Amino acid sequence: MSEYKNLWVYIEVLNGSAKSVGLELLGPGRRMTDAVGEKLAAVVIGSGVDEAVKSAAAYGADQIIVAEGADYADYSSEAYEYAMAQLTHKYKPSTILIGATSQGRDMGPRLSCGLKTGLTADCTGLEIDTVTGNVQWTRPAFGGNLMATIECPNTRPQIGTVRPGVFKRGMPDAARTAEIIREDIPVPAGTVRTTLVEKIAEAAEAAVKLEEADIIVSGGRGLGKPENFALVKDLADVLGGVVGASRAAVDSGWISHAHQVGQTGKTVGPKLYIACGISGAIQHLAGMSGSDVIIAINRDPDAPIFDVADYGIVGDVKEVLPALTEAIKKYKA
Amino acid sequence: MNILVCIKQVPDTTEIRIDPNTNTLIRAGVPSIVNTFDTYALETAVKIKDADPGAKIVVATMGPEQAKEALKTCLSVGADKAYLASDRAFGGSDTLATSYVLSCVVKELEKREGAPFDLIFCGKQAIDGDTGQVGPELAKHLDYPQITNALEVTPEGGKIRARRETEDGYEVLEASLPVVVTVTKTAYEPRYASVKSKMAANRAVITVLTAADFAIDTERTGLKGSPTKVKKTFVPQRKKGGVKLQEETGVLAAEKLTAFLSDAGVI
Ligand SMILES: Cc1cc2nc3c(=O)[nH]c(=O)nc-3n(C[C@H](O)[C@H](O)[C@H](O)COP(=O)(O)OP(=O)(O)OC[C@H]3O[C@@H](n4cnc5c(N)ncnc54)[C@H](O)[C@@H]3O)c2cc1C
Ligand SMILES: Nc1ncnc2c1ncn2[C@@H]1O[C@H](COP(=O)(O)O)[C@@H](O)[C@H]1O
Repeated sequence: MSEYKNLWVYIEVLNGSAKSVGLELLGPGRRMTDAVGEKLAAVVIGSGVDEAVKSAAAYGADQIIVAEGADYADYSSEAYEYAMAQLTHKYKPSTILIGATSQGRDMGPRLSCGLKTGLTADCTGLEIDTVTGNVQWTRPAFGGNLMATIECPNTRPQIGTVRPGVFKRGMPDAARTAEIIREDIPVPAGTVRTTLVEKIAEAAEAAVKLEEADIIVSGGRGLGKPENFALVKDLADVLGGVVGASRAAVDSGWISHAHQVGQTGKTVGPKLYIACGISGAIQHLAGMSGSDVIIAINRDPDAPIFDVADYGIVGDVKEVLPALTEAIKKYKA
Repeated sequence: MNILVCIKQVPDTTEIRIDPNTNTLIRAGVPSIVNTFDTYALETAVKIKDADPGAKIVVATMGPEQAKEALKTCLSVGADKAYLASDRAFGGSDTLATSYVLSCVVKELEKREGAPFDLIFCGKQAIDGDTGQVGPELAKHLDYPQITNALEVTPEGGKIRARRETEDGYEVLEASLPVVVTVTKTAYEPRYASVKSKMAANRAVITVLTAADFAIDTERTGLKGSPTKVKKTFVPQRKKGGVKLQEETGVLAAEKLTAFLSDAGVI
């Protein structure tokens, strides 16, 4: 085990740029490597990734390992896992952090299984035991009712996926430089048995970047009917935020699943989260309780959402929402 | 088309409460259900069978004796056959060990059923552990391709086509067979069992496989075979509720809230 050293952060790339979560993870990555005196490396796989490499340097990586090539133009489970496994065999990192995105949660388990090591999924807390070097991976289970701290004491690398938005991005320093290591890893013929037929980005309105939003206004079943999402949208617009939803609103067909926040939707960590007509079921809280400031508007004074809200308004959304939109318009003017 | 659906019996996490005195989960009285995502996976398989009556659906789980109940539920809504892999040596398995057991079970069932599986379905994740690892790990153990987070799966000739959900929209992927597909919440709801199909499922014999019944290395199962160890569990600290305001009118409430937001520096 002792030949395994240094912590890697996998930098997921979208259209040439680093996704936020990879840059966020360089923060706890730095903290943990400093604690044990190791190096922090970023791993970038793709094609046309200069922008992402620059960001990884600016956000604090000491070293950036780049596997670039036509084989990596589009994400595929098998090609990316192959590249990560090759790199791991060669450089032997002790720890790998991966964003718990649809890509990270697709690649992570395939990688850890091939390496016969442990993976802790969807973490929300990261500490390192400086004596053993074991990362203390903390994650929610049972729909957020329970937290578990997990270790991978006997195998390396120890791997974890970490939820987007849990760690805040540090300040970038464009003048920082990092050692760049380029690896040419052609994917052997026959490795990839899936083909990407089509990639459908959500329509502009629906391409909600909930995970990266600073302000989210979410609507639930308490809106009463789909038309009332317009009230939520109006408020989001004056605040410069985006629209989220509870599962009940999504299941009712009022809004697409891309907007869903919670255990089976997205995990968000905005500066401001406004829950409108949402009861605050544990599965919903699992996705948003990490928000900095939480506002709840609900008719029922005993709704559980008030237990996590910094500021709650007991009232009817149909009345409060338009009034709030007006008040904020006035404030901003 | 031979289809295997891997299912897990889980406590219904919506029914779980915290004991305020001991700060632990109250599990007593919490009903066991078929993992929600596995019901979507099974329904997806049954829809394929609706279109291709020659298809056969086998369901399998690794778990304790009680998990037979979950398998019977699956038989009542369209599965043809069910197997339970149960052995003390499997207890305490993490996802790597679980997926290893399942990969050995797949090989054994292919022998017993006389044909390889073309399609192996899992749920996107189990609602107790919420890890979503077993599917991709099973694919890797078997050296099969994988498609995770699928919403729609359609066989096409010797291949399958699946729509996969991502943060940014959808991807349509094609994979050669055999393949492991994990299923997320679909647009359709799983069908209900009829009284007749429930009765038939109750009478069905479910074969139990112990470690001695198939080729498996028990060094790689259970706690011994699990690289991850749970160090501790605890109930999350929820932040205390803040101000709660009950105003006469929406306008008054809105004005007070705006002042609060301004003070808090978020607008
Ligand atoms: C496995 C699993 C996963 C799940 N994943 C998620 C998930 O990812 N995200 C999620 O959100 N849920 C999820 N759920 C569902 C969750 O348990 C709840 O059912 C859901 O969050 C409820 O949504 P809601 O609060 O909009 O609806 P409800 O619970 O019906 O609440 C509506 C609220 O609106 C209030 N209200 C009604 N009318 C008004 C009015 N005029 N003005 C003001 N307030 C009003 C009511 O008092 C009530 O509190 C999941 C469930 C399961 C089993
Ligand atoms: N013990 C098990 N037996 C059979 N299938 C399982 C078991 N555990 C997990 N699975 C399958 O793997 C999926 C993901 O589970 P998990 O990785 O535990 O979140 C589940 O939805 C099931 O389809």
